[in-house]
Amino acid sequence: MPTISNPPGTRRTSTTSVPPSTTTPGERPVPGEPGRRPRRAGARRWSALLWVAPAFGMYAVFVLYPLFQSVQYSFYDWDGVGTATPAGLDNWKALVTQAELLRSVEHAFVLIVFYTVLPVGLGLVAATLIRELRPGPFNTVARVVLFVPQVLPLVAAGIAWTWMYSSDGLVNQILRAFGLGAHTRDWLGDFTFALPAVGVIGVWVMLGFCTVLMLAGIGKIDPSLYEAARLDGAGRLREFLAVTLPGLRRELVVCTTFTMIAALASFDVIQISTQGGPGYQTMVPGVEIYRLTFLQQHVGQASALAVFLAVLVLVVIWPIQRLGREK
Amino acid sequence: MRTSTAQRVTRTGILLALMLFAIVPLLSMFTTALAEPGSPPQGLSWPAHPHWRNFLDAWNSANLLALFRSSALIVLGVVPATVAMATAAGYALAQLKVPGGKAIYTVLIVGLTLPVEALITPLYYDLRSMGLLGTRPAIVLPLIGLLMPFGVFWMRAHFLGAETALTEAAKIDGAGTWQIFRRVHLPLATPALSALSVLFFLATWNQYLLPLVLVDDPAKRTVAGGLGAFQGQYGTDIVLLCAGSLLIILPSLVIFLVFQRNFVKALLQGAVK
Repeated sequence: MPTISNPPGTRRTSTTSVPPSTTTPGERPVPGEPGRRPRRAGARRWSALLWVAPAFGMYAVFVLYPLFQSVQYSFYDWDGVGTATPAGLDNWKALVTQAELLRSVEHAFVLIVFYTVLPVGLGLVAATLIRELRPGPFNTVARVVLFVPQVLPLVAAGIAWTWMYSSDGLVNQILRAFGLGAHTRDWLGDFTFALPAVGVIGVWVMLGFCTVLMLAGIGKIDPSLYEAARLDGAGRLREFLAVTLPGLRRELVVCTTFTMIAALASFDVIQISTQGGPGYQTMVPGVEIYRLTFLQQHVGQASALAVFLAVLVLVVIWPIQRLGREK
Repeated sequence: MRTSTAQRVTRTGILLALMLFAIVPLLSMFTTALAEPGSPPQGLSWPAHPHWRNFLDAWNSANLLALFRSSALIVLGVVPATVAMATAAGYALAQLKVPGGKAIYTVLIVGLTLPVEALITPLYYDLRSMGLLGTRPAIVLPLIGLLMPFGVFWMRAHFLGAETALTEAAKIDGAGTWQIFRRVHLPLATPALSALSVLFFLATWNQYLLPLVLVDDPAKRTVAGGLGAFQGQYGTDIVLLCAGSLLIILPSLVIFLVFQRNFVKALLQGAVK
C-alpha cells in the first residue's frame, strides 16, 4: 500500500510547497489544516494504518480479490482448464431465461419463510413464555436445549434430519403410531414435500438462536413498562404489541438479518440431505454454484450466479438494517 | 404475576414441545447408533441390546483421530491469527485516527453479508495456482479473510465502548499508542476476546464448503468436511453413520455447554451493539 510507505511528514511538505492540484490521491491535503502541526501527530496518524493493514490485507486477498474475479469470470465462457472465451452478457441473460437458475433463486426465497419467519415467530413465543415462568433450572434447561442445534455443524443437522425423514425414520414412525400409515413417504425424495422438509431443518437450526436473542432483549425491557401496561388494563396481546415488540426492535433486526443470509446462502444442509433433488425441487443458488463449477465446469455461469447471489443478499438485507437504525 | 394453573400448564406444554423438537433428532441418532450393526433400525426405539461398540467401530472407520487432529491444526491456524488481526484493526478503527478509517470499515462490513459460495469458484483457482490445493493452508488462509469482517466488527464495537478517560490518563503519563493498547485496553478486552475465540472456533470447526472443495483428503479437512465425506462413504450404514456423527459433534457440544453462560451473554452483547 503506497500510503504506508510514505515517510511521515511528506504530506505536510507537499501541502505547503506544491499546489494542491498536483498532489497524488494518497496525499490529499486536509483542508484548513494549519501548516505548523507537530510532526509526531502526522506520524501517528499514518502509523494507525499499520494496525489495520494485516486484517484488511487478508480480507483484500481472500475476499475482495476473489469477488472481483467472480465479476470478471461472469463475462467469460470457461471450463476451468482451457482458455476462456468472452461471452458478453450471455451468463447474465441465462439467469433470467434459464428456468433452472430462476427456480434456485425462487427456492431461496421460499426458505426465508422457514429460516426467518417461523423461527422469529416461534422464538418470540418461546421467549415470552420463558419470561413468564419463574426463573429456575427449567428456565435454564429450556434455553440450553433450544440453543443446541445452532452450535452443531450444519452437516450434522443434515445427517440427523435425513435419517428423521427416511422411510424408517422417526417422522414416519410417528405417523404410523397415530394410524396415519397411509401418509408415510420418503419425505426428501417427494416432489411436493422435499422443499418444506428441508425448510423444517432450517427452523430447527435457527429457532434457538432467535429465542435466546429475544429472551435477552426482553430482559432489558424496563419492567415498569409492563407494570404500566397492566395498570392500564392491557391484556396479554396488547401488552405484547405495545411493550414487548417495540422493545425488541434491535433483536428482531439482528435475528432477521442473520437468518435471511442463512436462508439465501444455504448450502450445507441441502448438499447433505438432497443435493438439490429430487429433480430441481430443492435446488438453491449455493448448491447450483457448486455444481456448475465443480461438476459441470461452467465457471462463467457459476460466477454470474455467485455475483447475483451476493448482490441479492445485500439488497434484501439493506432495508432491514436501515429499519433497525432509525429511531 | 397471577396466572391460573391451566395457563401455566399450557405454557409449559408449549415450551416442552419446542424443546422436544430441538432434541428429538439427536435422541433418534443416539438410539440408532446403539442398534445392532447392519440392522434396519427404527426412528426412535431403545435397542434390546445396546451395541456400545458401534462408537468404537465408527471411531476407527471414520479415522476420527486423524480428523480431530486435522481440525485442531486448522483451528490453531485460523483462530489466534484472526483474533489478533481483528483486535488490532478493531482497536485502531475505534480509538486511533485512521486515515480513511470510515471507508475501510465500510468495505470490511460489506463482507459480513458475503456468502462463501460467491467466492468459492475463484478461491479454488487462486489456491490451485498458489499450489496449495489439498493442503490445510488452503482452508486456513481463506477462512482468516472470511471471518475478518465479523472479527473487526465485534472488536471495534467493544473498543468503542471502552473508557476514553483511561486513554487520556495514560497519555498524560506519557504512554505511547502501543503501551496504551497493551497495558490499558487489552486486559479489559478479555471477555470480548474469549467470546470471539469461541465463535471463531465453532465457525472453523463447522466449516464445510471450503474443505469440501479445496481438500480432497478427508484426513486433512475440518470436522464438518470430514463428516460430509463420512456420510458419502457410509451413507447406507445408518447405524455407523449415526455413531460417527455423534462422536464428531461431541466436542462442539462440550465447548458450548462449558462456555454456555458466558457465550450466550457475550454473543448477545456483541450482536445487538
